[in-house]
Amino acid sequence: MSDTYNAFISKAETNAEVDEGPLAGKTIAIKDNISTKGVRTTCGSTMLAEYVPPYNATVVDRVFEAGAQLVGKANMDEFGMGGTTETSAFGATENPAAPGHVPGGSSGGSAAAVAAGEADLALGTDTGGSVRNPAAFCGVVGLKPTYGLVSRYGVVAYANSLEQVGPLAPTVEEAALLLDVIAGSDPHDATTNDGGDNSNYVDAVDGDVEGVTIGVITDLIAGADSEVVSVFEDSLVHLEAQGAEITEVSLDSLEHAVQAYYVIAMSEASSNLARFDGVRYGPDVETAGNWNDTFAAVREEGFGPEVKRRILLGTYALSAGYHDKYYKKAQDARAWVKQDFDTAFESVDVLASPTMPVTPPALGESLDDPLQLYLMDANTVPVNLANLPAISVPAGDVDGLPVGLQLIGPKFGEETIIRTASAAEQ
Amino acid sequence: MSDSPVDPEDVRHVAGLARVNLDDAEVEEFTEQFADILEYFEALDDVPEVDAASELVNVMRPDEVHESLSQDEALSNAPETEDGFFKGPSVS
Repeated sequence: MSDTYNAFISKAETNAEVDEGPLAGKTIAIKDNISTKGVRTTCGSTMLAEYVPPYNATVVDRVFEAGAQLVGKANMDEFGMGGTTETSAFGATENPAAPGHVPGGSSGGSAAAVAAGEADLALGTDTGGSVRNPAAFCGVVGLKPTYGLVSRYGVVAYANSLEQVGPLAPTVEEAALLLDVIAGSDPHDATTNDGGDNSNYVDAVDGDVEGVTIGVITDLIAGADSEVVSVFEDSLVHLEAQGAEITEVSLDSLEHAVQAYYVIAMSEASSNLARFDGVRYGPDVETAGNWNDTFAAVREEGFGPEVKRRILLGTYALSAGYHDKYYKKAQDARAWVKQDFDTAFESVDVLASPTMPVTPPALGESLDDPLQLYLMDANTVPVNLANLPAISVPAGDVDGLPVGLQLIGPKFGEETIIRTASAAEQ
Repeated sequence: MSDSPVDPEDVRHVAGLARVNLDDAEVEEFTEQFADILEYFEALDDVPEVDAASELVNVMRPDEVHESLSQDEALSNAPETEDGFFKGPSVS
């Protein structure tokens, strides 16, 4: 199969271990930071260009046991650090729904594979929006589960306290089906909980929003493009016509969400990526010096600019004299965001915003200003800070460029957001 | 605080702590970008102290032997090994 959009880093034909099960006959693309036994897993990085995992991630075992067939390892921003899939060491992915534009990221290959019909389903990971962002930009469905609903065992860590594996699919029903397969506690990941054990999310795809209260987060509308807001508002009218009640809420803490997210994510990244020392895996760099010299040379060669940027800023935020100013304050902001969401869910069932405040940028347009790219995550990162579930469902388009509707639920509110998304689906 | 909170020496210092070599062009680029980004992070000063009720509980399991990777599997991606061990550069 050709790879028109560079959606894959490695093509793989792995037969399912079983020929029956909920995913029998379905093909799946798996993001390249999720370990697949015997199939190269690069994280989109030169550092792991030759890395072949000796074991499967729990989610990979589960999709194979359910009958899915792997078609390839999906392209991604290096180690998940980016929102356009342009920081991949294996080249950018093009958006099949909007040629010449980025597919979003970091799970851009996963979303593009589904949008192009090169895979029926895909797995991505979402640390600050990395499933919902590309789902919105490519016009497909993507869901970030409640923290701990899905095992992270075998997922190469970027920021552990924020990230979850999530499904991408053409429809809400297929995304729910894949979530049913991957959700559930795992003895190999002590941060999993039993919230997804014996789940039946597919049954929530009934389109019944009669009496459901949807709170529009006004703080996340203010910074969005007016054309995007217009498409978003049309989708609310569509939901209201089916019996949902629309109301407005404001969460003051969200003003600090992007700052808090980046300080926490970078700090965790600086610690997690310390493992890449060129000894257990990584490029073989010839240097004459001692351990530290070799370590620093391997990391210069193996990491791209965005990864270096985040490791350095994370190291800075955790260093003596700055820890209280940045990291501790970011944790306060995170707790504040959680409290704000808890309060909001006392009066509404679901919260809503545009998934992305903008339409997909043209390829190459946005890469030279990192801060502007970070600000593009304003609508997605609050959910990760608060450990909540959220889904992005296609809402329409602006001159052919897809727009996503984001629906956020309370902890373990997957059924509610899936039900509401199924009503929003057009 | 001065107008630019970051100078090239700061970037080199942090890169040293993080064990990442940088060339001069990268130092120059990061100095400029870090100033912007850290200035943006300054807004965290306005966040009030929040008393977070922790949802976290310890997860314990019996300390029993389970199946794990074989030594060969664990070493399979290492650039250099010797007698069943990872081989790294000298420490000093």
